[in-house]
Amino acid sequence: MAETNIVLEVKGITKQFPGVLANDNVNFDLRKGEIHALLGENGAGKSTLMNLIYGLHRPDKGDVIVNGKIAAIESPNDTIALGIGMVHQHFMLIPVFTVAENVMLGDETVKRGSLDRAAVAAKIVEISKQYGLDVDPNAMVGTLPVGLQQRVEIVKTLYRNAEIVILDEPTAVLTPQEAEDLFRIMRDLTARGVSIIFITHKLKEVLAVADRITVMRAGRVINTVLPSETDSAQLANMMVGRQVILTVDKKDHEATEEVLRVEGITVRDQRDLETVHNVSFSVRGGEVLGIAGVQGNGQTELSEALTGLRTPTGGKVTIDGRDLTGKPPRVITEAGLAHIPEDRQRHGLVLSYTIADNMALCDYYHPPFSQHGVLQPKALDENARKLIKAFDVRTPSAFVNAGKLSGGNQQKVIVARELSRPVKLVIANQPTRGLDVGSIEYIHSEIIKMRDRGVAVLLISAELDEIMALSDRIAVMYRGQIVAIVETKKTTREQLGLWMAGAHVETAQ
Amino acid sequence: MQSEKQSNSPIKKILQSVLDASLIPFLAILTAVVVGGIIIRFVGGDPIRAYIGLIQGSLGSKKALSETAVWATPYIFAGLAVALAFKGGLFNIGAEGQLAVGAVFSALIGYALPEWLGYDLPTFIHLPLAIIVGMLMGGVWAGIVGWLKAYTGGHEVINTIMMNYIALNTTSFLLNGIMKDRSPTNVIARTPLIAESARIEPIFEGLRVHWGFVLALLVAFLIWWLLNKTTLGFEIRTVGLNPDAAQYAGINVKRTIILTMFLSGMLAGLAGAIEVTGLNYRHELGFSIGYGYDAIAIALLGKSHPLGIVLSAFLFAAMRNGATRMQFLTQMPVDLISMIQALILLFFAADAIVRYIYRIKSKGERVVLTRGWGG
Amino acid sequence: MDWKRFGFIALIIIILFSVVVMVGQVKQPPLLIITSMLATTIAVATPLVLGALSGVFCERAGVVNIGIEGMMLTAAFFGWLGAIYMFHIFGLGNGISIALGVLFAILTGGLMALLLAVLSITFKVDQIIGGTVINILAVGLTGFLNRQLFFGKGSVFGGSVPSSPGVLPTIHIPITELFAPICGTSATCLQNVEAINRVFDQKPIAMGAILLVFISHYILFNTRWGLRTRAVGEHPKAADTVGINVSKMRYANVIIGGMFAGLAGAYFTIESVPSFEPLLTNGRGFISLAAMIFGNWTPIGAWAAALVFGASQALLINMQIFRDVIPPAWSFLQESYIVGLTPYILTMFILTGIIGKTTPPAADGVPYEK
Repeated sequence: MAETNIVLEVKGITKQFPGVLANDNVNFDLRKGEIHALLGENGAGKSTLMNLIYGLHRPDKGDVIVNGKIAAIESPNDTIALGIGMVHQHFMLIPVFTVAENVMLGDETVKRGSLDRAAVAAKIVEISKQYGLDVDPNAMVGTLPVGLQQRVEIVKTLYRNAEIVILDEPTAVLTPQEAEDLFRIMRDLTARGVSIIFITHKLKEVLAVADRITVMRAGRVINTVLPSETDSAQLANMMVGRQVILTVDKKDHEATEEVLRVEGITVRDQRDLETVHNVSFSVRGGEVLGIAGVQGNGQTELSEALTGLRTPTGGKVTIDGRDLTGKPPRVITEAGLAHIPEDRQRHGLVLSYTIADNMALCDYYHPPFSQHGVLQPKALDENARKLIKAFDVRTPSAFVNAGKLSGGNQQKVIVARELSRPVKLVIANQPTRGLDVGSIEYIHSEIIKMRDRGVAVLLISAELDEIMALSDRIAVMYRGQIVAIVETKKTTREQLGLWMAGAHVETAQ
Repeated sequence: MQSEKQSNSPIKKILQSVLDASLIPFLAILTAVVVGGIIIRFVGGDPIRAYIGLIQGSLGSKKALSETAVWATPYIFAGLAVALAFKGGLFNIGAEGQLAVGAVFSALIGYALPEWLGYDLPTFIHLPLAIIVGMLMGGVWAGIVGWLKAYTGGHEVINTIMMNYIALNTTSFLLNGIMKDRSPTNVIARTPLIAESARIEPIFEGLRVHWGFVLALLVAFLIWWLLNKTTLGFEIRTVGLNPDAAQYAGINVKRTIILTMFLSGMLAGLAGAIEVTGLNYRHELGFSIGYGYDAIAIALLGKSHPLGIVLSAFLFAAMRNGATRMQFLTQMPVDLISMIQALILLFFAADAIVRYIYRIKSKGERVVLTRGWGG
Repeated sequence: MDWKRFGFIALIIIILFSVVVMVGQVKQPPLLIITSMLATTIAVATPLVLGALSGVFCERAGVVNIGIEGMMLTAAFFGWLGAIYMFHIFGLGNGISIALGVLFAILTGGLMALLLAVLSITFKVDQIIGGTVINILAVGLTGFLNRQLFFGKGSVFGGSVPSSPGVLPTIHIPITELFAPICGTSATCLQNVEAINRVFDQKPIAMGAILLVFISHYILFNTRWGLRTRAVGEHPKAADTVGINVSKMRYANVIIGGMFAGLAGAYFTIESVPSFEPLLTNGRGFISLAAMIFGNWTPIGAWAAALVFGASQALLINMQIFRDVIPPAWSFLQESYIVGLTPYILTMFILTGIIGKTTPPAADGVPYEK
């Protein structure tokens, strides 16, 4: 291919954030009509690079060249004018606006001073038809499922006549089938001359859909390869910089008696909508029950109800035969629960507390951490030192604020605190989200250790690979219901994907 | 990692951290004093004479010092009240009302209890009772707001202000009605004098500074200990910093919010009770106007740290006390002090301005109170 | 706006009116009482309506504004002072001095809001602290200047407060003139028409405030400016990614909000009475915020809520008028301190959310960091 086919080129981009060199002399180019995958693990600098291209941040050094000319990008306005669109990992949509309002925002059609909603709606319908995107312009975005919200984001870029589309981790929120559908849309787009940068950390997807693959690690570009000339193992090696064991080492293990029993539980969210309907399952000691499902199908509310953060409106929860329905978190914790929360910074840590204080967040009120209502700094300190060592938390001291740690080390603080207690049940909700491969491996091995010790583990994750690697049994959650519970050995990725998408199953137990 | 030099001796370390913490407040005060001076010049006054007057009037003599301590006493209590709420993630703008309620009830116990009982009480019963009742009622007054916050989400900022107006109206009603001093010469809205047995002694003969001032210092220490060394303090701080994590950690967030407001109101009520039993020996309408806002400024300037609050309470007290002397020397109205205090707060809140003027790098700490209205 | 909310508002207003009618009917016919009460309600609700609009613009753009009270107070002072200056020092006529006074008030409100914007948007100071700074500064500034400018050494006014050029005039809406022919010779009919006319005979700021409610509502929900304002308050990052300058939008809306508060300030010293006294706003900035919340951050809703507070103040005023005919069983209504509690207790009651939860803009109070 001739050089003139290059629509976007990045030359020598460097970006320094306080404490991190996020992009270090990065070079990258995109040809017309290709899908160019940018592969790297969390924190490799992919999103930073895209934010620089998109004009959300300014590079310290280096140029962005669009259609052969150095682009003076000051703000997203300039990028949009250059025909670049971006679908962000966390959707940039306003839930209380309609699809049409979201799409036109920033590029409004105005008739006699007021918004011309009808004209915008007509254009959206036209775009939807052209690319098979099927969105209703008058729907309120907050009421749409994530798959559809993503389409709204794509429509948003096409509405602005984007010729280069950046997709940042687009499959993170999709079922395997929805991801397939997205790949189809991507190919449709490239067939019409749109060029796509596809950012991901998933090897299989890259090999399935990309025309070229660029791998990033620690802010640097490692290499650019063709999918036909590489394989998963090689890509993983480039991504992490060492051999990666792609599977979790897990021996067969006999489950003991039932620990957690959930009977017909029903939960409402803060908007008072019933997001968990009549869910029942049980977890036995020494087994991992994985709850698979696309984000937002009631997993958050379910785990909140089980851990006491939210009161269920119906049903019964027992641990070791003891009824704990609707009991406050402390009672459930004292009954033997360890909880690794979904949002580590919101629930799991007080970021401006020291590691020592965070390590005792759930136990500060009883000996040895306090005596007669007075805190015992010595005990807090000793406990922290011991756990930092045992759980390999990388920190200069126990008195560093938790907010100063990396995501992986923050999660290790939580895991250390929760798993060092004598527990019967572990509820781990998205325990590895956003972490680097090293931390992921470590946390996976800790979870399996707990299982092998006879503890019951409930694992909730949107990553199907994680669920399949760790679980003994898998329950699939869809629209607030458990639609299937199967043994991991007796199912396949495809089957689980179908259930996650709501395919009706007679055999569901 | 940042290059944080580890000092060898712990004393050095503490001194260093005190210096670090007081740098911005000090520069904010300095800037406000300079800007205040420019304003004085601008309206035709002599800034040097004005400030000399301020200093003479507040520190220049034994009597001046005593009066500064008298002013500082309620400031310390009220400043601690606001600071304690800050630590718990709550903004108590209602110290003013809680203080008034505390004062009214303290006065009531002080003058009316012997009448009701029909005999005189000994000081060791009467005085503590008057103080404790005032303190508790201040706590209840704020506790209502805490309860509303915890159980209905009604925002404490607006509710404490509303409670201020309710307190103001109600005390006006009481002091003009059933609690009014009926002595034939009296025309103002005030209570009768409290009994001798409900009064705090002055520390020195002939000076007004009383043992309530010492109590204020003790309470400041007690609050520091409570916040930093006890499990209750841990709970208050955790709820203040991250209520979600607090709930996750098994802390009863609602109870803690109510308790924090109650304790905060108790401190404000104590300010009122001590003013009545130690200084005025009665409650008079309008004596406390402005204490509530001054308390916010003191708590902010003191960075919600009890030691910082004692210091900034002194500063504010000295300014208020010295203002009369300043007015005498330069004919600048006493209200100028409110201006300068507002400027101090402005420069302190917008520390970025101060940092810019004096070229100081930020360490990136920020107070966060606003968490929406939660209606 | 949901019907439950509007129904509740209507109910409270009806109750407050009924009390006045019951007490006053021995002295005046009900229609007369109702219309005069309505006229008072609309007039005294004016600063609350404008204050609530101020809050709506700021908070829809994502900036919590608890400094409305201080903005009103400062604007009331400088508007009044400006009018006096124009009249006495520059020797301008009454009308032009008053008009310029209103302009000064609006500009003062805008300037105070600019300070809030600098603090909360540029310096990312906690917005509640920023607002509190405004409030404290307002008290200090107006208190000091009020004393210094008039009584200070070398004051141009020579040691006394000069008379103000006056207040804004009532604008007569000719309803009586239009409908009088229909009444023919019936005197009662004519009386009734005149009574109704009184409701509409308001002063310019009061009338303007109602007009501004509807204009604001239209702007917020049907124009490009409104869409962008709301976007910035809901999800500033989303707005940023489509090329909207978040800071600019927030600055502009906070300043517009401040101007509304400034106009509210002008109401106190240029429309209502021709004088200034320290602390005259008396908490109405904060009550405005409650009206804004109860109105679910919409101009029309906030207006309706402000009318409730207006009615409760009108009740207080009317109880003074009918003081001598209050029946013994209702004697507590004689106590202005007790009746005066109504708006404050109502505010707290409304904030409990018993009458339906309200939803603030998602990014309200959150500084935007890229």
